[in-house]
Amino acid sequence: MNTTLYSLIGLGAGVAFILALKGLSHPKTARRGNLIGAAGATVATLSVFLYVTPPHDGTAAHSLPLHHLGLILAAIAVGLIVGVPAARKVEMTQMPQLVALFNGVGGGAAALVAIVEYLNLGADATTAEVIFTVFTVVVGCVSFSGSIITFMKLQELMTTRPVVFPGGRFVIAGTLVAVLGTSVWVVSALGTTPLLVLAALSLLFGVLFVLPVGGADVPIVISLLNAFTGLTVAASGYVLSSTLLIIAGTLVGASGTILTRLMAEAMGRSLFGTLFGAFTAKPQAASTSAEERPVRSGSPDDVAILLNYARRVVIVPGFGLAVAQAQHTVRELADLMISKGIDVAYGIHPVAGRMPGHMNVLLAEANVPYDQLAEMDEVNPTFGQTDVAIVIGANDVVNPAAQTTPGCPIYGMPILEVNHASNIIFLKRSMRPGFAGIENELLYDPKTMLLFGDAKASLTKVVSALKAL
Amino acid sequence: MDAIAIISIFVLAVFVGFEVVSKVSSTLHTPLMSGANAIHGVILVGAIIVADHSKTNLELGLSLAAIVLATINMVGGFVVTDRMLEMFKPKKDAAKAVADEKGGK
Repeated sequence: MNTTLYSLIGLGAGVAFILALKGLSHPKTARRGNLIGAAGATVATLSVFLYVTPPHDGTAAHSLPLHHLGLILAAIAVGLIVGVPAARKVEMTQMPQLVALFNGVGGGAAALVAIVEYLNLGADATTAEVIFTVFTVVVGCVSFSGSIITFMKLQELMTTRPVVFPGGRFVIAGTLVAVLGTSVWVVSALGTTPLLVLAALSLLFGVLFVLPVGGADVPIVISLLNAFTGLTVAASGYVLSSTLLIIAGTLVGASGTILTRLMAEAMGRSLFGTLFGAFTAKPQAASTSAEERPVRSGSPDDVAILLNYARRVVIVPGFGLAVAQAQHTVRELADLMISKGIDVAYGIHPVAGRMPGHMNVLLAEANVPYDQLAEMDEVNPTFGQTDVAIVIGANDVVNPAAQTTPGCPIYGMPILEVNHASNIIFLKRSMRPGFAGIENELLYDPKTMLLFGDAKASLTKVVSALKAL
Repeated sequence: MDAIAIISIFVLAVFVGFEVVSKVSSTLHTPLMSGANAIHGVILVGAIIVADHSKTNLELGLSLAAIVLATINMVGGFVVTDRMLEMFKPKKDAAKAVADEKGGK
């Protein structure tokens, strides 16, 4: 294959990736878009086997086949054996951790490619190439170790709470300075040892960077690390003179950046505040009287009666829905209400769950049509005409303190205004506050009824009670 | 490749990326993230190139590891995105899927 054809195939794959992202603008075209992207990636991968990229030292490219062809194919086979079953079998509730893990291995791959290319270049490397290599190694390693920690948090292999230790911010700042210092050392001294030190420091920085981030902020971190990996791929495209890698990496970097910004906006705070909030946040004064205050708790029958006479019901799902795997039961309840002529909608908060759009995926798995899923801006004005709002395993995203209590950690975060509905039902396991650890006044409101217990078990009881009416 | 051409490609790709992604509906944010994730798996191309260039066993070992990781990223990413997108259905199809599910039981 000649260079022109190879480059054109790369360009074609780049266009396929743009079409893939464009297709995702609507659920109707999304699946086809993803398949176009996959086809582009496959063709691009096949083309590498038919074209030998000339090495940097200026010697002519060797003839086909590629060196180490057998080992390369074996490595791809190993990747397929690991990756495909993992992607096929994962539960929809575990999607955030799988995406984090895939992102991490991508970042790790980019860092390894940069390290090999660096070893390979030796003294022939231009300063620009070394700078891009250093960038790829640093950001790729941060993305790798950061994603692994995120995965462990989501999989609950470690605590999901922010991990903060005394002097943490000095340690993280010190590590960052060391990373930057070592980068300068690598660029000026050109040796294998400095590069390996740099990789180790970057891995450490990735861990320190993610440890203080709490579970509710994880969607932002996943999205940010995704953008990081994209940029490393773009940078390695520069070193390898591959237009395709530059286009693909930049697209991912841009999309990750936009998504990160949207998430931060949905939480009503700056990106910086989210990432470094745990270091600066002052411990909240624990509300001592919380447990003694009266709440109105109801039985599944009470809930069923309330629903039976409602005209409009909005369901607000949160992470608790995912934990209880209650998405199918929710749909059953919604279908039952619709068959009784009740107007039902799902109110989706952009950061409900553990990754952007997490609730949408869960409900789609339960065959809830996407036109019943209402975004925050769409559903908020309708709460005034809503008879019942059912909040399932969500707390912070409906907490009016975000609008009324300046100084509380979630102040300024846009919320779903369920407090405007005539009746509110909370399905909760216990009176424990939500992830942000803030008391929710709404739980003590006279128009609120609490239904304690596992969301799935409670919903099943409500469904049978409603059927009996 | 000369630097100006590379910078041009980079800048234009940034704008295309912003433009295309800012239109994505928030319903699809998870598939978008996992789709974008799959796209950066194309680093597999780079991993294969450096494996071909490898001169020492260390270089070869590292690049083979990169190939394994990149393949997991790319193939796993596209498969899982497809699985998710398969579930997003408009009202009519969703009702049909529910009926099928019940009929199957």
